[in-house]
Amino acid sequence: MVGIVSYGSYIPSYRLPRDVIAKEWDTPSLGGERALASFDEDSLTLAMNASIDALGERNPKAVAGIFFASTTSPYREKQAAATVATVLDTDKELRTMDFTDSLRAGTSALLTALDLAKAGELLLVCAGDARMGEPDTIQEQHYGDAGGALVIGSENVIAELVGTHTVSQEFLGTWRTEEQDYLKSFPGGFENKFGYNRFIAETVRGLLQKCNLEARDIANAAIAAPTQRALQGALRSLDFDIKSQVQETFWNTVGDAGTAQPLVLLAAVLERAKPGDLILVAGYGDGGDVALFRVTDGIAGFQVARSVYSQIEVKRTLQSYGKYARFRKLLRKDYATQDESTPVVLLRDQKQILPLYGGKCPACGVIQFPIHRICTECGYREGLEEVKLSRRGRLFTFTNDYLTETPDPPTTHAVVDLEGGGRVFVQLTDCEAERVEIGMPLELTFRKYHEGYGIKNYFWKARPAE
Amino acid sequence: MNIRDKVAVIGAGCSKFGENYDKSAEDMIVEAALDAYTDARIDPSRIQAAWVGTLSSASAGNALADPLKLFNIPITRVENYCASGMDAFRNACMAVASGMYDVVLALGFEKLRDSGQRGLGTFGDHPVVGYGTTAPSLFAMAANRYFETYGIDKTALAKVAIKNHHNGTMSPKAHFRMEVSEDQVVNAPLICSPLGLLDCCPTTDGAAAVIICKEELARSFRSDPVKVKGIGLSVTSGEPYMKPSFAYTGFPATAQAAQSAYEQAGLTAKDIDLVECHDCFTITEILNYEDLGLCEKGEGWRYVAEGRANIDGGAVPVNPSGGLKSFGHPIGATGIRMIYEVSQHLWGKAGERQVKDAEVGLAHNLGGPGSVGCVTILANS
Repeated sequence: MVGIVSYGSYIPSYRLPRDVIAKEWDTPSLGGERALASFDEDSLTLAMNASIDALGERNPKAVAGIFFASTTSPYREKQAAATVATVLDTDKELRTMDFTDSLRAGTSALLTALDLAKAGELLLVCAGDARMGEPDTIQEQHYGDAGGALVIGSENVIAELVGTHTVSQEFLGTWRTEEQDYLKSFPGGFENKFGYNRFIAETVRGLLQKCNLEARDIANAAIAAPTQRALQGALRSLDFDIKSQVQETFWNTVGDAGTAQPLVLLAAVLERAKPGDLILVAGYGDGGDVALFRVTDGIAGFQVARSVYSQIEVKRTLQSYGKYARFRKLLRKDYATQDESTPVVLLRDQKQILPLYGGKCPACGVIQFPIHRICTECGYREGLEEVKLSRRGRLFTFTNDYLTETPDPPTTHAVVDLEGGGRVFVQLTDCEAERVEIGMPLELTFRKYHEGYGIKNYFWKARPAE
Repeated sequence: MNIRDKVAVIGAGCSKFGENYDKSAEDMIVEAALDAYTDARIDPSRIQAAWVGTLSSASAGNALADPLKLFNIPITRVENYCASGMDAFRNACMAVASGMYDVVLALGFEKLRDSGQRGLGTFGDHPVVGYGTTAPSLFAMAANRYFETYGIDKTALAKVAIKNHHNGTMSPKAHFRMEVSEDQVVNAPLICSPLGLLDCCPTTDGAAAVIICKEELARSFRSDPVKVKGIGLSVTSGEPYMKPSFAYTGFPATAQAAQSAYEQAGLTAKDIDLVECHDCFTITEILNYEDLGLCEKGEGWRYVAEGRANIDGGAVPVNPSGGLKSFGHPIGATGIRMIYEVSQHLWGKAGERQVKDAEVGLAHNLGGPGSVGCVTILANS
C-alpha cells in the first residue's frame, strides 16, 4: 500500500500586508497579506523546516531518497536535496534530486516519489519557494513564501495512493530566464484561460476518468492556484463544489507559494481528513500533475508537529517595505564588517553544523558543542563520542545586539541549554526583542546566517517553542 | 614563582586619550614614550629591550622601533585580547626579574578611530559557530544572567557610569570629561541589551608607556620607585557561551589572576588602597569587584550603589582615573595606562583625583569574553 506516511508544512512567521506594497507604489492593493521569508530564510530553509516536521521521530537512515522542489533554489548549480539529506542525517547511500524550473516541480517530485515507493522505499519530498515579482507589479503582491514536505512510503500510510495523472504541454504564461531577476507573466487573462484553467481541468478530469470516479466522490481537493479567482475559473468545467470540496488557496494569508503551494494545501487537507476520504492534490505549470489518495484509518492517530492553520495564525506583521526590500536584496547595503566563510571549514565541521552533532565526554559525561578534541570540562584527552544534540532547550542568557549589522535588527545572541545536554550559542529568530526572556523554551530552526564568500552559510537558530 | 620586589616602575607616561583624528599611532607612541622618559629622567639609550602591546594596530616589534627609533634592541609585540597592554608589562617584568635585562620599556597603544568601525567587532573566525558576536554582546549576556540571578536591573549598572564619568572629569588625559546622570545612562540608546551606549566604554585612540628596571637599580633613577609586588595572568575558555558549566555571573580568569597576584604580594584585598579595573562595560566593573575580592559574590552592585567604590567612599576606591568608561579604552594601551594611573597615586601625583595616602594599588586588565585576566599589584614601599 503506497501512500503518504507523514507530512509537514512551514509558513515563515513574517507577513507582508499587500497594502504595504501597494502604498509604496501608489497602486491598488489586492488586500490580505503574503507570507514572507525573513532575511535568514530561503527556499531551502523553508523546505528544510517542513521536512524536519514531516520526518519527525522517524529513523532518517531508513530514507532512501530525498527530492527537493523549487523554482528559487539557493544555488543555480549545487543541489539542495543533498543539504536536506545531510541535515536530516540520512545515510549517504540514497537518491537525492532537485526538481526545478517548473511551477509543477513540487507535484512532479511527489509523483516520482510515489512511483519509487512502489518498490518499498521510504522517500521524502519537499518543496520551498520564495518567488520574486518585480517591484511595482501586481505579481509582487501575489507571491508568498512557504515550504511543504511529505514522507512517502508503503507502510503505515495515512493516505493510500489511488491514482495519478500528468499532462505535459508547452506553454508560456509565466517564466524567468537566466538573465531575469523577476518572474514575467504575459499580461491579461491569457495564462489563466489557455494555461491554468485548461491544464487543471484536463488533469483532474483525466484522473477521475482513469479511476472511474465522479467529481462528487472527492472529499477535498488541494489544487494549486495563482489566485482564488483563477481556481474558480478552473473549476467551472469540473463538477466540484468549491466551498465544500476544494481547499481554499490561502491566497489571503500566504499568497501563491509556488512549488510548495500544492504541498501546503495538501497538508491543510490532511489536517482535517477522515478515514475513507478521497483527496487529491494538483499542481500546475507546463501542464499539470494530479495524485489521488484514499485516507486510511492511520489518520486518526496521526499528530502533525505544526498545523498549517496554526502557522497562519501565529505571525508577525512587517509594516515596512524597506525591510522587505532589504531582506530580498532589492536594496543592498555595504556593511562595515564583511562576512567571511570558506567551504573548507564548512566541510570539516559539516557533522556539527548540519545534522548538529556534539561531543560527549566518556569520562565526565558532559555533552559539549562544538566537538572539542579535549574535554572542555575535565580535560579528558582520548576523544569525545559524537552524539546527536536535541533541537529543544531553554534560554540560559542572551542579548539583543544593536551593534551587529543585520537587515532585521537587533541580532539576538542566545546561549541555549539543550534538553539532554549540550550548550549552543546561536542567534534567536522569529521573536521580537521585547519577548526574549531567560528560561524561555526554544526550539532550533534551520536558517541561513550569511552569504560570506558568496555561499549560503546555513546553521541553526533558535526560536520560541510553542 | 614570585616576582615580588624584583622589579620597579621608574617612569610612566601617557598620551591624551580620545578621538585622536589629528594624531597617528606614531604621534601617540612618541607622546607616551617621551612622557615616560622624562618621568624616569632616563636617556632612551639605556633601554635594553622593549615590549609593545596592541590588539590590532601593529604586528611586530617595529611598532615601537620605528616611531621611537629604538633600533638594534630586542622588541616583542604582545597580543592577548584587551589584556595585551598589561601582558606586555608582565613580560617586561619577567625579563627583568630573570636578570636578562636591567632597564626595559613596556608600551601599549591602539589606533582605532582611523577606521569607521563602531566598537569592537566579531571574535573568532568560524563561518557560523559563534558567528557575529560583538564585544558588548559578550558582556551583555553576563549582565542579563547577573540580573536574573540577583534580581537587579540596569539602574544598578548606571551607578558605575556615573561614578567613573565623575572621576574622569578630574583626569586631564581622559577621553571623556563630563558628568552623566542616571537618567542619561538608563535612557541611552541600547547597544546590546541591557547595555546602553553609556554602559559601554568608548572607542579610543591612545598610548601609554612605563619604564621598569631591576629593583636594585631603581633608586639611581628616582627616590620613590613603585615596586611590583605581584602579577597574575589567567586564561579561561574563550568560548564561555558554549561551555556548559560557565555561570556567566563573573569571570574566573580575573579571580585566578588576582589570587596569584595577592599570593605573590603576600596581601589580600583588604590591603589594597585603590583599584584600577577593567570596566569595559558597567556590568564588568560590578563583576570585577566580586572577582577581585573587594566584596562578596552577588554584592558587587551594592559596592557601587552604596558609594564604596568612590574615591572617598571609605572602602577601596575603584577607577579614580575614570576607568575605561571615561578615560577611554585604546585596547593595547589600557593595561599600561592602568600601571601609569596606579603609579601616579602611589607617587601622590594624581591631582584632584588623588586617593589619599595610597600605598598599595591593584590594576586589573581583562581580555576577550572575560577569558584573559591580568592583575598587577604595585606598592610604594
